[in-house]
Amino acid sequence: MNMPLTPRQAQAPAFGFQRLHKVFRSKDGGDVIALRDVGFEVRQGEFVTVVGPSGCGKSTLLRILAGLERASSGTVSIGGRAVTGPSRDIGVVFQAPVLLPWRTVLQNVLVPAQIQGRDIKVATERAMHYLALVGLEHFATKYPGELSGGMQQRVGIARAFVNDPMLLLMDEPFGALDAMTRETMNLELHKLKERTGATIMLVTHSIPEAVFLGDRVVVMSPRPGRVTQVIDVDLPHPRSLDMINTDRFGTYVSGIRANLNAAGGLD
Amino acid sequence: MNTSAIPMKTPRDGAPPEALSAADAVVPVATEPVGLTAARRRLLMAGFFVLVMAVWHFAIVLLQVSPLIFPGPLAVARALVELFQSGEIVKHLGVTLYEILAGFAFGAMFGLVLGALIGQSALLEAVLYPYVVAFQTVPKVAVAPLFVLWFGFDTTSKVVITATIVFFPVLANTIVGLRSAPRDQIELMKAFTASPWHVFRMVRLPQALPYVFAGLDIGIVLAVIGAIVGEFVGAQAGLGYLILQRNFSMDAAGMFAILVVLSLIGLVLHSLMKFIARRVIFWTDAFTDLSRGA
Repeated sequence: MNMPLTPRQAQAPAFGFQRLHKVFRSKDGGDVIALRDVGFEVRQGEFVTVVGPSGCGKSTLLRILAGLERASSGTVSIGGRAVTGPSRDIGVVFQAPVLLPWRTVLQNVLVPAQIQGRDIKVATERAMHYLALVGLEHFATKYPGELSGGMQQRVGIARAFVNDPMLLLMDEPFGALDAMTRETMNLELHKLKERTGATIMLVTHSIPEAVFLGDRVVVMSPRPGRVTQVIDVDLPHPRSLDMINTDRFGTYVSGIRANLNAAGGLD
Repeated sequence: MNTSAIPMKTPRDGAPPEALSAADAVVPVATEPVGLTAARRRLLMAGFFVLVMAVWHFAIVLLQVSPLIFPGPLAVARALVELFQSGEIVKHLGVTLYEILAGFAFGAMFGLVLGALIGQSALLEAVLYPYVVAFQTVPKVAVAPLFVLWFGFDTTSKVVITATIVFFPVLANTIVGLRSAPRDQIELMKAFTASPWHVFRMVRLPQALPYVFAGLDIGIVLAVIGAIVGEFVGAQAGLGYLILQRNFSMDAAGMFAILVVLSLIGLVLHSLMKFIARRVIFWTDAFTDLSRGA
């Protein structure tokens, strides 16, 4: 029962996994099953969050989708086409901001546009637009070393948006931030999503973060990583931080926690 | 000297140490600021220089050391003035500087190019690096006579010797630098569909620059050694040639004067390199800590 949740949704899935397996060869020669039989589809404009303990393969799932890693078997497709490598249609954000310290904030945001040979004048306008959306328009000429961790991560988010990607992949983007900055960033990301209508997959091990941001939450269990639950989060839009204290929010969080505990627990 | 604004309770003030209670420890004690002002630091440096010179002077006088063996600072200063007044040094200084700079330029260029090639490819490293290391383990001083034999008593042989000495630290640091890019930085570039050339130009190369400058800094100082070693083996001009000449005529003060000139050359070249590095790799301030392969 996948209900349309954003105005920009279309019929074709934005991306999807079918019977996905991933096996790693460990150093002693044995096989480690990282992902077993993972399958779900995500619609255009949907914000899906993947939550699970460390070692459940959620990052591997994201890396396969980003084309940085190959699946052992099964299929991955974006916009109906099979993933064979990194795609121009994708923007990524990692846990560390990974900015280039010798480039200014604006030059950092322009990196994907330069790589893909886009019109730099147009890209600069878009970069400034997204920098404004993350509240950093006055920092365009600063260097990353002059910014706080939260500000650096916001630059990373603006960079992911600069080519207007069909799909945004975020791997624990706020994992390194303190709790208060993290809440602020969650709210900002939510607003950014509401304004742009982008399709986003965000991987996290924070259940409240997954519920707050997600239209749907994919719950994964560890060793071997598999999907144990997919939950539609029926909370109104736009969301506010007050919602975190409501009973409905709490019900979602405790439901997911119970599911994870039954499957082996959160680390 | 008590610069504290707060009256301090210390044994010096008369109270026995036992009288200090735990509560006293909480009172912030104003201390001398850690950073000295620039003027005071310069004054201190000048004062220390005078002290060293004085110790040197009086040690020579009191121990009655022969000026033929170890000259005092005044004799060295006199020799230094003579060296420049007679104009004799100009020609030799020019020759040695040319050897240093030309040798450095060639050595650094080859180090950079070969380092960039080896840093890019594990295959090239496997094939080439053993020879590079074997070449490096041969003491250049031992090879110097060969170079003089091949390239003559002129400046060419010194340039070659200097280049071989400069080559290795630049090469080694370039290789390490090109491989120092963090994994997630490269992964991010790849996720944005970067080609290997993009990764090289946008990440690996700038990431390598602090290491390259560390190598160049080592190289420029070694270049001075290279030129002098070459001139020792056989030369018709240059500061190394001049040292040998002074040595034959038992002019210890004259030799010291040339040594002073040599160390000044090294100092100036090193400062120049640091000056350039600070402007090129402005985002990091610790390039000298990354040295390797000297």
